[in-house]
Amino acid sequence: MMSLDLQGYGWMLWQGLERTIMVGLAAMGLAVAFGLLGAWGKFSPYRAARWFAGLYTTVVRGVPELILILLVYYGVPTLLQDLAAGTGHDLRIDLNPFMAGVITIGLIYGAFATEVFRGAFLAIPRGQIEAARAFGMGHVLVVRRVVLPQMWRFALPGLGNVWMVLIKATALISLIQLDELMRSADIAARATRLPFTFFFAASLLYLGISVVSMLVQGQIEAWADRGSRRG
Amino acid sequence: MDLAIVWESLPRLLEGTVLTLEITGLSLLAGFCLAVPVAMARLSPRRMLRVPAYGYMLYFRGTPLLVQLFLVYYGSGQFQPFLDQVGVWFLFREAYFCAVLTLTLNTAAYTAEILRGAMLAVPRGEVEAARSLGMSGLLLYRRIILPKAFRLSLPAYTNEAVFLLQATSLVSIITLLDLTGVARIIVAQSFEPYKLYVTAGLIYLVITYTFVLVSRRLERRLSAHLRGQPAGGIGNVVGR
Repeated sequence: MMSLDLQGYGWMLWQGLERTIMVGLAAMGLAVAFGLLGAWGKFSPYRAARWFAGLYTTVVRGVPELILILLVYYGVPTLLQDLAAGTGHDLRIDLNPFMAGVITIGLIYGAFATEVFRGAFLAIPRGQIEAARAFGMGHVLVVRRVVLPQMWRFALPGLGNVWMVLIKATALISLIQLDELMRSADIAARATRLPFTFFFAASLLYLGISVVSMLVQGQIEAWADRGSRRG
Repeated sequence: MDLAIVWESLPRLLEGTVLTLEITGLSLLAGFCLAVPVAMARLSPRRMLRVPAYGYMLYFRGTPLLVQLFLVYYGSGQFQPFLDQVGVWFLFREAYFCAVLTLTLNTAAYTAEILRGAMLAVPRGEVEAARSLGMSGLLLYRRIILPKAFRLSLPAYTNEAVFLLQATSLVSIITLLDLTGVARIIVAQSFEPYKLYVTAGLIYLVITYTFVLVSRRLERRLSAHLRGQPAGGIGNVVGR
């Protein structure tokens, strides 16, 4: 077994790991919000909402994350500046990398969460919703009492997958200069001229996140499935 | 809006697109060839085969592609004397080789997982029937399990191919001029980020959905005799 001598840069990787987890959690929260909104759009009686939700999931899943990150971080501020210049205003926008990263990753994985929630909603037996309606429950009440409590359970495995992919995608934010795990490893690798050592150490930390997430996901699913019959 | 820059750069972007497709195709092909033995090893009753396959799949599916790419491209420099001695350093100096190698190892891990699931889904009865006829080992795999597993895994494999296509955009970070790489260079020269990134994004979008459409056709044709097969598309999350 090779030993990993981190030359005193271990703390930096550790801080990067913390930052990565923070970005991941914030982006996941946003992705769930976008996902619920997207799923609502897909089942909406309004054509515009359905069209917009369809466009959202189609575009986001067909374009690489890297392009979307570059587009949000470099493209959006320039676009706004150009638009402002067009109307004779002078505008200067600098997106903070943390915000840009969280928004982009949240937006991308919101599209995947949309599909997860859509599937979860479809998995709820129609009869239950009709029964609730027959009892005179309104739309909001049906969603709160019948749809949401079951939808979460159906959505959990899918959301777990989204999280696993999302946390790996946060590595791309290093490209817009956010000091998360990947960039910390990059800085340490350059300073020490030991690229393999540091990228390997970083990869083990990512692997650790993935393995812990897998275990936690199993626990949560078991907890959410208590009281439901199998088969 | 002035779109002259988009028209001017279109030929260069299309050149980049060719490289994107080339890298995707090469990695898919090599990755698939690697994935078949890995998936078989993963299901082997022998620990000697099962454990390394499990470790390989866990590592490449559990870490970001970007780290893997840097590990191969920059990390190999740490072993330059050794690689030089073995006579392969000239390969690792090339970003193109590192990109294809990393993408191959990466997609093989995801593909092996897809194949593993498909192999497990091959009906027990068919395997038992083949065994009772005296087939075993590689012959059983070649005649019974693999043909069925390939067909079962087609929808998921379509997803994997689409994700790999998108993942190739990362090779622009190690200096390759794929579609993303060309767009980034032109942005650095012209400072017109949104026009170029939107154009590049549209090209990816067109390739993705053309591919999905074609493979859905293929699936329908291959499963014409089966009813109720799941449809393909990029619904599942298997990205990196």
